[in-house]
Amino acid sequence: MTDPALVDAGIHIEARGITKIFAAVGGGNDVHAVGPLDLDIRHGEFFSVVGPSGCGKSTLLDILAGLTRPTSGTVVCAGAKVGAAVPDGIGVVFQQDASFAWLSVKDNVAFGLRRKGFAAPEIKRRVDHALAFMGLSGFAGAYPAQLSGGMRQRVCIARTLVMQPSVLLLDEPFAALDQQTRLLMGDELLRIWRDTGATVVLITHALDEAGMLSDRIGIMSARPGRFIDIVATGWPRDRDSRIVSDRHFGEVTARLWTRLREESLRAIGRDEMPASAAQQAHRP
Amino acid sequence: MKARHLDTLLLLLCLGFAWELIYALVGPDVVPSPVTTLRRAGELVQTANFWKDAASTGHAFALACAIGIGGGIAIGLLLGFSKLATEVADPMLGTIYSIPKITLYPIILLIFGLNLSAKVAFGVIHGVFPVIIATMSALRNVPPIHRRTAHVLGLSPAATISTVLVPAALPEIFSGIRIGVAVTLLGTLLAEMFASASGLGFALTRAMELHEVVDIFALALLIFASAAILNGSLLALERRLRGHD
Repeated sequence: MTDPALVDAGIHIEARGITKIFAAVGGGNDVHAVGPLDLDIRHGEFFSVVGPSGCGKSTLLDILAGLTRPTSGTVVCAGAKVGAAVPDGIGVVFQQDASFAWLSVKDNVAFGLRRKGFAAPEIKRRVDHALAFMGLSGFAGAYPAQLSGGMRQRVCIARTLVMQPSVLLLDEPFAALDQQTRLLMGDELLRIWRDTGATVVLITHALDEAGMLSDRIGIMSARPGRFIDIVATGWPRDRDSRIVSDRHFGEVTARLWTRLREESLRAIGRDEMPASAAQQAHRP
Repeated sequence: MKARHLDTLLLLLCLGFAWELIYALVGPDVVPSPVTTLRRAGELVQTANFWKDAASTGHAFALACAIGIGGGIAIGLLLGFSKLATEVADPMLGTIYSIPKITLYPIILLIFGLNLSAKVAFGVIHGVFPVIIATMSALRNVPPIHRRTAHVLGLSPAATISTVLVPAALPEIFSGIRIGVAVTLLGTLLAEMFASASGLGFALTRAMELHEVVDIFALALLIFASAAILNGSLLALERRLRGHD
């Protein structure tokens, strides 16, 4: 879904004609996971993707990150085509705990910088800053196993932030956390987004999270995933989780849910059929 | 830490008590008393012959460990990085691992003869398989997210292996090494007991043939103590490696 008005507004990530078809394994059918879809994300935008489970959200993120090659179509990020490798300037945070158990918090955060051969003083400066920024300064010498899930995810975010990415791709980073932690991490994410000026793409299944954090929200259809709607929230740049009490927040999430409900029903193969009729239909 | 030491002490006391009890039941012709055995062990460690045997066993054991553990890790890493190789090799290795190696001893003897290399070979065929299996399984158990993270951070395949996959797999590989070391010692001693002219295993067999009951027990106690110390040190090292798990 390309909005022509956006093309002049400084497009950071441009996806064209993206499809992803997973080849059949062991005699099954090919799985058409994504597309075809187009997507334009502006410089410095906070863009979220919501959709029924299994709609290919995470696959789309992998394609944007260069972790997976699309079956067809191209992704251009900051003017450069995204290929098989993850381009510099793209940071990715996953849902699962990706912290390295054998490294201290400090060494986890410094890991990427060391591999890229940064000078020691620069590594120290960036790591200290990221630790302070993520509220991890007191845990620099701790090991991931000594931290809570939320703290470990902060370590992973800090490890990504020290690389100073211009694009931050987040694959349900807070899905494994409890609700309060999620809201607080949402606030932190908004702060990171404002302070770094990075373009953020957030994959989430939490509509409130998408509604609260995003400038725009792309709603994906059931598989094969395409964008069926893109909702602009119109939030001011300076915002935090307190906007959940704003009347407009209810309107945004209501609109998301209305569009998603039918897709979610389709995803589980029910359409609008009542449950009993659906069961009847499956009986031989 | 303290509780663990207390446990060990209690275990030793219980074993000593059970030993004393058996001794009281069956008499000194079959089982010498713990005190007699300890005294004899104390005498043994002051003889040159004992240390000659210990050095002979130690030599064979060290070589067998270097070849078996080193080779096991190398083979395990090679196979472990390929999913296909892992799937093909895993059931075969499991089968070979479970074969009683003692049945292969005649073949080993025919190939290597009655000397050091037979002992080493027998130690190696015991120790190499658990290490290969543990290394492969350790690599397989590295969470896929680590590979993805390495990819996202732009690591080369070589850097991914050396800085992410191997460190992530190390604690589990080390468990395999510990088991490997223990069965390598077993293999070496078995080889010495069955056909050899030197080493602690040979000394044990000789004592059995001469029916030197106290010597048998004293030697067995000394071997047991060395094995327990070795295993304990490796366990402590492993705990430190896993310290932050």
